[in-house]
Amino acid sequence: MKQYLKYAKPYLHAFIIGPILIIIESIGEVIMPLLLSHIIDYGVNYNKSVSYIILVGIAMVFTAICMLAGGVGGAYFAIKASSGFANDLRKDLFKKIQNFSFSNIDQYSTGSLITRLTNDVTMIQNMLQMMLRMALRAPSMFIGAIIMAFILNWKLALVIMTIIPFLVLAIYLIIKIGFPRFTAMQKKLDALNTVTQENLTNIRVVKSFVREKYEESKFKKANIELKDKTLHAMKVVIFTLPVITLAMNITTLAVVWFGGRQVIIGSMTAGVLTAFVNYVVRILMALMMMSMVILNSSRALASLKRINEVFNTEIDLSDKTASRKDKIIQQGKVEFKNVYFKYYKNNKKWVLENINLVINPGEVVGIIGSTGSGKSSLIQLIPRLYDVDKGEVLVDDINVKEYSLKNLRDGVGIVLQKNVLFSGTIKENIKWGNENADDNTVYKFAEYAQAHGFVSSFKHGYETELGQGGVNVSGGQKQRLSIARTILKRPKILILDDSTSAVDTATERKIRENLRTELKDMTKIIIAQRISSVIDADKIVVIDDGKIVGLGKHSELINSCETYKEIYYSQMDKEVTA
Amino acid sequence: MSSISEERKKVLLRRYGNQNINSAKNKTAEILRPRGMGPGPRGPKAMQSGKPKNVYAVIRRLLSYIGKDKIKIPFVFICVILSSLAALGGSYLLRPIINNLVYEGKTAEEKLISLILGLLTMAGIYLVGVLCTYLQQRIMVKISQNSLVNIRKELFSKIQKLPIKFHDTHTHGEIMSRFTNDLDSVGQMLNNSLPQIFSGIMTLIGTVILMFVTNWILALVLILTIPILIYAGSTIGKKSRKYYKEQQQALGAVNGYIEENISGLKVVKVFCHEETAVEEFSFLSDFLRSKQLKAQFFGGIMGPVMGNLSQIIYALIATVGGILCLVANFDIGGLAIFTNYARQFARPISELSMQMNTIFAALAGAERVFEIIDEQSERKDPNNAVEICAKTNIKKEAKLVKGEVVLKNVTFGYTSDSIVLKNINVVAKPGQKIAFVGSTGAGKTTITNLINRFYEIQKGEILIDGINIKNIKKDSLRSNIAMVLQDTHLFSGTVKENIRYGRLDATDEEVIEAAKIANAHSFIERLPNGYDTVLEGDGANLSQGQRQLLNIARAAISKAPILILDEATSSVDTRTEKHIQEGLEKLMQDRTTFVIAHRLSTVRNSDLIIVLEQGEIIEQGNHKELLDMKGRYYQLYTGAVELD
Repeated sequence: MKQYLKYAKPYLHAFIIGPILIIIESIGEVIMPLLLSHIIDYGVNYNKSVSYIILVGIAMVFTAICMLAGGVGGAYFAIKASSGFANDLRKDLFKKIQNFSFSNIDQYSTGSLITRLTNDVTMIQNMLQMMLRMALRAPSMFIGAIIMAFILNWKLALVIMTIIPFLVLAIYLIIKIGFPRFTAMQKKLDALNTVTQENLTNIRVVKSFVREKYEESKFKKANIELKDKTLHAMKVVIFTLPVITLAMNITTLAVVWFGGRQVIIGSMTAGVLTAFVNYVVRILMALMMMSMVILNSSRALASLKRINEVFNTEIDLSDKTASRKDKIIQQGKVEFKNVYFKYYKNNKKWVLENINLVINPGEVVGIIGSTGSGKSSLIQLIPRLYDVDKGEVLVDDINVKEYSLKNLRDGVGIVLQKNVLFSGTIKENIKWGNENADDNTVYKFAEYAQAHGFVSSFKHGYETELGQGGVNVSGGQKQRLSIARTILKRPKILILDDSTSAVDTATERKIRENLRTELKDMTKIIIAQRISSVIDADKIVVIDDGKIVGLGKHSELINSCETYKEIYYSQMDKEVTA
Repeated sequence: MSSISEERKKVLLRRYGNQNINSAKNKTAEILRPRGMGPGPRGPKAMQSGKPKNVYAVIRRLLSYIGKDKIKIPFVFICVILSSLAALGGSYLLRPIINNLVYEGKTAEEKLISLILGLLTMAGIYLVGVLCTYLQQRIMVKISQNSLVNIRKELFSKIQKLPIKFHDTHTHGEIMSRFTNDLDSVGQMLNNSLPQIFSGIMTLIGTVILMFVTNWILALVLILTIPILIYAGSTIGKKSRKYYKEQQQALGAVNGYIEENISGLKVVKVFCHEETAVEEFSFLSDFLRSKQLKAQFFGGIMGPVMGNLSQIIYALIATVGGILCLVANFDIGGLAIFTNYARQFARPISELSMQMNTIFAALAGAERVFEIIDEQSERKDPNNAVEICAKTNIKKEAKLVKGEVVLKNVTFGYTSDSIVLKNINVVAKPGQKIAFVGSTGAGKTTITNLINRFYEIQKGEILIDGINIKNIKKDSLRSNIAMVLQDTHLFSGTVKENIRYGRLDATDEEVIEAAKIANAHSFIERLPNGYDTVLEGDGANLSQGQRQLLNIARAAISKAPILILDEATSSVDTRTEKHIQEGLEKLMQDRTTFVIAHRLSTVRNSDLIIVLEQGEIIEQGNHKELLDMKGRYYQLYTGAVELD
């Protein structure tokens, strides 16, 4: 909890002034019935003085104006405080997530991170606002009204006090019984959503197997179950209002009964009785508000817990202890020394086991292996997307852990398997690689990646806006733009992680050709499914089950490496190489 | 923090603030647009809430879903009336009770008896009130839940009947939000808003009447203040709505940015773009806050302003009432209850204005739901439509088919003005394997979608064993065509259930046999609970290849004489593909098969290969014939031309 104090600090004045103003409003709320009783008792019954009544009336109007100011001001400061708090929290959370390492990112699903940044923050903001406005108002009204009741007539006040515990118990029971029922309802709601979601994703399957009726019966079941659980939960909740009303009524009756008798014998005035009836209403209203606050804050607490999880996530990869932060990559040599790696510490099996490999500056290296063999894991260690568990990865003979992350990743360009383009023009997207590149350079590098042709054919060319996630280009085009974006960085080491899978063989060959002739000095590491993509590489690394099982040129491997042969023939008996 | 230029700020707001809701529609526009034309225009942002176009029609329609619960509605109204009356009556009774206490012409005993009588009456009225409140809620909850179940059911079954075209043009998120957000707000309205509005109006009217009964001068004073209340309420409401809209837009921008950044976080990190992202996000977040301050301020002061205005009125009434007691013989009990009325007077007014917003939002939601329900369903089968069956699955009254598929002069476009397929002629003999080859967008998948009538063709005809598919019952047609799609979708449930999805009455032995055909048996056996292993959300605990094998098993169990494989192996590596291929070969025996593949290697042994280009057949023949032709296929096969 302490860590959240810092978000409150800049708005401390609002956090303090807001509640004070609100307390002013509730004090007024308590004074008003008292003033009314004065009009009735002193103005009408005893003094019979119009001027006294007007005097008290003016006092009442003045109080009401103060209350208005208090209420509006309180709302203003509560909103100022809560939105400021939430804004800082949101920004900090975002910043924290930006600093996540890849394995931190893997821990969360994209959807859950988004919900935390959006819904959960909003939930906390709303709770804070409500707390600032209600949480103090209700208790202060409650306490104020009770004090007033005791001052006016302590015997009558005791009547109220005896009823409150019963009411509190009733509300407690409603929450206690209702809460698990709500949880059960929520589960059924999730179930219904799952059925719907799956049906929508699989609609072609449903239709082609003519399973509409079957799906409907599945949905019907979930639908009815949801209704039953909802009714089950609602049955408890709908007691709230009647119970509170009942308590209010009983209290009123009791107050009028006991108070009435006192009025009859003359130990109490009618005005005080009226005031008392007013206080009963206010006390119970305050109780109702408090129970609402409690109900709502339990939901916000769940959000807080989820946000805490993010803040408490330990970022397991940073360049804080790096010793050569100013060093930039100049040659592009890569070396793996006895490298062991796995994604989850409690997994028994290594994803990469005892990897030893040297890649010299300017070399073209192909990596081949079946899905899940560890190819991507291997190359992701070079720009330190993940850290090795044992052994070391060296770039230009320096351990990658000693570079600053910025310099390391500037020097190592990687095109990921899952490409993402961002909202913006095509040019802006390519310039992610180098913000200062001029137009001609952008065109030139796009040409290297074989993207210039199709971009130019667009009506707006490089100014074409891409929608979120780059929805309006095909998979192959997206891959080519991603390559352009990366080579524009002019990294010393370029890694292509199956980045041309959706590009046809001919275009792919042209890209490789361009890389070889135009970006000669760049060390290139290419992961590919097709052997044809890496057949003329200086070195081909064959990986199987996390181990290097073959290393050499195509002509060597085809004789020496069983796995390579197997892959080669699985492709060759059907595919003709160019 | 302010290192982003003003220009960039504008760009950010435009980009992320406008696209949230509409991006879904953009996506579909892309699917339907021929390639190479660049992105389409961005439509104006449609507000998700907002007012319904035809309020009465929507209400009438909503009422129809209440169905046989309708007879309970008058009862609800009676309950609402009674509980409002009880609340009013209960407070009014205080008047005679208090007057009785201060009346000077009575003895203490007489007063006590009157007090007891008064309290008993009050207790009775209160009891009725509480009972009615409970009953009203109890009945209304039931009614609203029942109608929700009805609407949901109809919406879901409608979605089953809608043509694939509808699903092409609407994202899942969009449809899901009909089920969740929109129906939620409809439920809210039925549950709370309607009874509250009714009771609010009742209380308002009742209060006014009682006020006049109590003292007409004071009542007039109070009535005179109403315009002030209404003015204050509507001014604040108007401002609040205006700023709320701006706030929603700013919120949309923040959410849009978050969504994109988080989805692409790994790329952001690879390019060391974190700092820029943090700066841009800070700007958007601050912008949201500035909008929020205004929107929430005007939303938040409605309560205090209205509440405290009525406190002023309360003071006014107390003063005037007090004077009236002195000069016009007004009774103290009357004054006591009148001040109560004055204080509560503003509540129903502000409640009504708040509820109106909820109701409009709910009606707009209901309208969006009805829009889907009103969509055109798939075309109904003509009366003389026949059923067909295969020899493996003979049915009475169904015509036996061998699996010959003929496309005659088929022309088709997703919209009437863009032609996707032109004059297609294909003859597939029973048991043959037909492959489609061509660039993305050439129309390969479209052809297979026409055979099972996911779309209706504009010209030409498709025949199965000589019967036009339009004259075959759609369900019967589709159950005789098994499909294996590129996206390997499974359902939550056990492995067995997933395979059995292909034929619901299949025995366990048949399930295992199908799994064996698909080469899936061995890996299933190795799963923790074998065939009873529960697959979580789309089979996330299986590998891509394993999921595809289950898909194939699902198709294998169906006994359909016609099989469609749409890029069934394109997303797995070549070794896994080889494994799957064996399963597929077994599956293709005795079935007329249509294959779509990106890798030419998978189609080489087809009986007929059809090369498509921009919706037209440019070459066809078997592998050898096509290579000898030295045409497009030859170029593709040797990698001389581009295919993307």
